This record gives sequence, C-alpha cells and structure tokens, in this order.
Amino acid sequence: MSPTLAGLAQVGLLVVALAVCYRPLGDHMARVYTAEGHWKVERALYRIVRVNPDSEQRWTTYAAGVLGFSFVSIVLLYLLQRLQPLLPLDLGRGAVDPGIAFNTAVSFVTNTNWQSYSPEAVLGHTVQMAGLTVQNFVSAAVGMAVAVALVRGFVRARTDRLGNFWVDLTRGVTRVLLPIAFVAAIVLVALGAVMSLARGVQITGVDGVQRTLALAPAASQEVIKELGTNGGGIFNANSSHPFENPNAWTNLFEIFLILLIPVALTRTLGTMVGDRKQGYVLLSVMGLLWGALLTVAWWAESHPNGVASLAAGAAMEGKEVRFGIPSTALFAVSTTGTSTGAVNGMHDSLTGLGGGVTLLNMLLGEVAPGGVGAGLYGILVMAVIAVFLAGLMVGRTPEYLGKKLGRREVTAAAIAMLSMPTVVLVGTGVALLLPSTTGFLNNPGAHGLSEVLYAYASTGNNNGSAFGGLTVTSDFFQSTLGLAMLFGRFLPILAVLALAGSLAQQRKVPPTVGTLPTGSPLFAGMLLGTVVLVAALTFLPALALGPIAEALA
Amino acid sequence: MKSLTNLLRQTAAGLRVLLVMTVLLGVLYPLAVWGVTRLPGLRDNAEGSIVRVNDTAAGSELIGVDPVDPRAKDDPTADRWFHTRPSATVPPADGQSQLGPDDVLPSGGSNKAGDNDDLRKAVEERRAAVAARERVDPARVPADAVTASASGLDPHISRDYAELQAPRVARENGIPEQRVRDLVAEHTQGRPLGVLGEPGVNVTTLNLAVQREAGR
Repeated sequence: MSPTLAGLAQVGLLVVALAVCYRPLGDHMARVYTAEGHWKVERALYRIVRVNPDSEQRWTTYAAGVLGFSFVSIVLLYLLQRLQPLLPLDLGRGAVDPGIAFNTAVSFVTNTNWQSYSPEAVLGHTVQMAGLTVQNFVSAAVGMAVAVALVRGFVRARTDRLGNFWVDLTRGVTRVLLPIAFVAAIVLVALGAVMSLARGVQITGVDGVQRTLALAPAASQEVIKELGTNGGGIFNANSSHPFENPNAWTNLFEIFLILLIPVALTRTLGTMVGDRKQGYVLLSVMGLLWGALLTVAWWAESHPNGVASLAAGAAMEGKEVRFGIPSTALFAVSTTGTSTGAVNGMHDSLTGLGGGVTLLNMLLGEVAPGGVGAGLYGILVMAVIAVFLAGLMVGRTPEYLGKKLGRREVTAAAIAMLSMPTVVLVGTGVALLLPSTTGFLNNPGAHGLSEVLYAYASTGNNNGSAFGGLTVTSDFFQSTLGLAMLFGRFLPILAVLALAGSLAQQRKVPPTVGTLPTGSPLFAGMLLGTVVLVAALTFLPALALGPIAEALA
Repeated sequence: MKSLTNLLRQTAAGLRVLLVMTVLLGVLYPLAVWGVTRLPGLRDNAEGSIVRVNDTAAGSELIGVDPVDPRAKDDPTADRWFHTRPSATVPPADGQSQLGPDDVLPSGGSNKAGDNDDLRKAVEERRAAVAARERVDPARVPADAVTASASGLDPHISRDYAELQAPRVARENGIPEQRVRDLVAEHTQGRPLGVLGEPGVNVTTLNLAVQREAGR
C-alpha cells in the first residue's frame, strides 16, 4: 500500500476509535461531575484532608482552591527536586539546579511540561514518580474541574455556587484519569513500552563494546502524560524514544490517548446543558481545524524545501523510521492542537511550513481540540466572543446556552482570550530585544526567530513542546518562560471562573425567534471564523517573519 | 481580609489534598503498574526487550546501537556490520565522522532546521562517507542514511539502506549475499495492520543474526 493511503487509513482508524469512545466517555464524565453520591474511598479521602464534599463554593473560593493547590504543588515539586539526594532511587543524580527546579515545578503544575533539563541526566525515579507523575494527573484534573465549573455556570441559574473544587479535582482523578491510565499503562507495556525501576541495563553488542541503556518507570508516566495532555517525557527524546513509544501500535495508541478526553468533553458539555448539538458544533470546529492543519503539515513534510532536506532527499532529520512522515505529522498536529507537547519527532527539524503549522496550532489558543478541560473552556470562551460579535452585527444582546452575555461576561471572556497573546508577544519581543538571545539559537535566519516565538507560544499556551535547539538554561529564559507558563495558565483560569460565577447568577432566558441558534452549522462556521481571525490578526506579523519567511524562501 | 483567610484556608486544604494525591498517584499507582508488569509476558517488555546471546544481554530490540568495527578504522569498506542511522546525541568533534556516535546514554535529535547550512554540510559528508563505505554512487544513498533520527536511538533503517549495505556485510563476513538479503527480509518489520506507521529493518536484531550466521 502506498504510504499516503496507509497514512489515511491510519487516520481513519484513529477517528473511528475516538468516535466509539465519544458517547460512553463523554456521558460518563457528565455523570462524574453531576452525581450526588461519593465513593467510599473518596469519602475517606475527604475525611483525611478535612474538606466537606457537600459544601458548594462561590467562584472566588473555587478559584482560591485552584490557586492554593497549584501554589503548594509548585513548592513541593521544587523541594523534591532540590532535595533529590535525600530521596530513594535518586540514581546519584544530585540536587537539581535552582533555575531548572523552578522552571520544571511551574511547568508540570501548569500542565505545560516544558522541559529545560535532560531527564536521563538530571532526575531520578522518585522525583519522576512522586513529583512529576502526580502533577501529570492533578494538573489535568484541575483543567477538567475549571471546564466543568464553566459548564455549570451555563447550566445553573440564580445561584452563586459553582460546585466544590476538591470534589471535582478528586473525581477527575479517581473516576476518569486513574482508571483509564492504569489500564492504558498495562496495555502500553504489553505493546512493548518500558516500566522498570532499574537504573539501566548493561549490554555487550555485536562489536563487543559494553554500553548502558537507561531505563525508567516509563509506561505509568507515559500514559498519563498523553491522557492528561501533559507531554513531559521521562527520557530526553520524549515519545520518539523507543522505550516510551516503541512501535507504530504504541504510537497510534498514544495519539488516541492525547485526543480522547478533549474530544469526549464536548459530549460532556452537550449532555450537561441538555442539548447535544451544542457539543457537536464545538467538536466540528475542533475537528475541521485539526484536519486542515494535519493536511498542511503532512503535505509540507512530504515536500521539503530547505537546502539540507533537499540534500538528504527527504525531511527525515529528527524523525524515526518506524513512524515516517505520516505518523510524525499526525502526532505533531495532535500534540500541538491539545496542550500536550509530547513529540515523536523533533519539531525544530520540521519543514518551514510544517513547523509553522505546529506553531499556529498553539497560537489558535489550542482548541483543536485543546488540552483536557483547557480545550473546552478555551473554545467556550471563543464561542462567547463569536456570539458577541454576531450580536454586535444585528444589534441585540447576545445569548449563549440560555444565558445573556452582558458587559461582565464579555469582559471576562475577552481577558481569557487576550491573556495568551499578550504573554506570547511580550515574551518573544523582550527576548528578541536582548542581544544575548542570538547566542542561544541553534539555527540561523528566520528559523532562529521561530525558535524564540515557539518557546513563548508553547509556554504561554501550556503546551510544552519545543523547537528544542534553543538553549533555554539561561536565567532569563528559565524565569521568563516560567512566568509565561504561570500567566498563560492562571489568567485565563481566573477569567473563566469569573465568567462562570457571573453566568450562574443569571436566570435562564428561553430562546426566542431573535436568538442566534448556536447548535447550527452556521454558528460552527462563525466560531471557526472567529478562532482563525483572532489568531490571524494577532500573530500574522510574527508568523510572517518566522515560519512563513522560511517556507517561502 | 476575609478573602485572604479564605485563600489561606484553601491553600492549607490544597496541601493536605496534594499529600494524599502524592501517595496515591506518585507511589501506589506507579508501583501497582510496576507490580503488574512483573507478570511473565509483560516483564521482558518492561525491562527493555533485551535480546540475550549465551545469557549475555546483547542489546535491546528497541534500541539502535551503531556497532564499531575496529577493522573499519583504516578501511571503512572492511566494516562487517550493518549500520544504524546517524545519531545526533553527541555532536561530532571537528574532523570526526558524522555517522556516529556510539554513545547511547543520552537521547535526542540535532534540532537542526531543513534550511540550516551546517546540516546540509553534515548531510553531504554523511552521503560521501556512506557511498565510500558501500562503494556505490552517492546518489543511491537514501535519506534515512544521511539524517539523524529524533531519538538518536532509532533501531530501524529503510529497506533501501539495508539493501545498500548487504553486499559489504556479506563480503566481509564470508556469507553468501543472497543469504544476507534473506536475513534483511526476515528482519524487516512491515506496517502493523498493513496501515500503521512505516516499514523498517531492525539493525540490532539483524546484526545479531549476521553474527550467528558468520559463526562468531
């Protein structure tokens, strides 16, 4: 079979697998976040941590929970790294340097998983498991909780209560992430991935030379890294490392895990608001963007234009033979369309246009289909903006999902929408102003500029993938990229929770003939247009200097 | 003031939740997964799919290690092994071969862009080196032979690159060429289900088969 046909069939299989899980998982999550009763283990947990699971919170308390939890998470993760020599299974790797420890702590707590360190050299197994794996779970559960709180804002009426953050966080872990991750980890090992507590294994090759292959408890972290759209590899090469992603089976399975929850959450929304079409509309926009960007990336990687790629005959630099071009493009678009940032090929070595697609995918605000929870609240914010724009055109107060969008709601949505571009453009601009930055680039010309833009786009969107050639260990990059992750994560979350609080207080307005039908293909088109327009207006100049210039050269 | 106490109260609750989660997700979960993978059938995978020859770990099926043949030092055409793709895990020093290195502990790619002139030079050097080693026209050297993989540990090469090396491996090991080509075919992994990923030849297992065949 030709590579193109096989690649298309592979995409088809992926879509079918997601479609099969869409209903059961989406409805399961809707039940998880609406069920009254608590599981016994959950009750025990609530007792240990002394929270009353039946008390509901205002948006401010909910937000305080998110911030407080994230703050102590950063502190604990920082301490674990700094105190590594005192921990078991540290493999003699020593205390982590303060700059790296700060950046990594922020990175994993904000669901970014940007990595300014080489795991095989810096981290032992205990920090990986007790530090990073934990944040892989809970940062994902935080994203889902915030998304659910926003959905409740639409569903509920005349209340100032959005739910209980600790309950939403706990249930996201115990009822969604943990069961799926446990099963998926075993499947991944059965398919060939590594799960070892050993430091490494000595081999004596055919040439008689002794070498050591590094081992790690990879599978348990690999699955939640994909399922929770985290993306931080237990090995430096991330999901291109054969121990994390040994073959084409695991590759497709990992892409499936990346997309699973973000896709199914649109069903959860439809079920919770009692109108499934609303979910389909959001999903169709996500799917269209994903499909379009995949097509461009795939074409670009098959038609390289740079001098080095032309000299080689194909854009195989930074790609693995077992994945080739179609599966690398599929992974790259899925990982940047969500907030994952895991890679099975080096994005810095993608073609000008292909790399530009991964960059654009993040700059769209990661809504194709977005991170766990972050994708859903991200696209709901865009939907609020789209309805508002439509309302401006016809001169009516806009309504969405039965709620009027007044000044407070639109202001909150605008803050949520604009914080990421601000972080990305200010960060990139400041970095480019510094003369020292050129010394940290791995590639000259337009691609060098793309490396810096990519770094802030990735951290500002909590993606975590990188144009990895950029040296980011200077204090300037460690701290500004850390701040980009913090602002990129928590500004939108605060705005979204404020939006949710404001929506929940309103009464429901029944649809009238004048209401814009948001369950229609027409609205899907408007939403798509809004997402693309906002990104284009904001980022076209920056993109023109980087990837577009490289692609046209 | 009230909101500050609220924030502090939530933060304290957050610390307690985090500690419980650390036990559940950071200790119990990975150890449970690890425990299950001790089962026969999973254990070998979990420990790195190690291939043993006479009870000695000879390599991992999953990891490409570029073998070093001392005979190739003076005359590259006398090299007895199939070679993996170039690896960028350790950048070669000036004047050193761009095809190595043989260090497998770090993993990663070059992160060089397709329009990078340094990469173009490396590609051309690799092409010349491979063509000289295999005594073929440089135009016949396939793309995977002159580009570094993403992991630096890619166990696979394209069928074309394996076929290109087959005559040399046969000659230097004293094995009939047809037999080497059969081994290449045996160690070629196709697309699972006919559609997943891309086919490739596993260099690690292929070299072990060559070693066996040569009776060494």
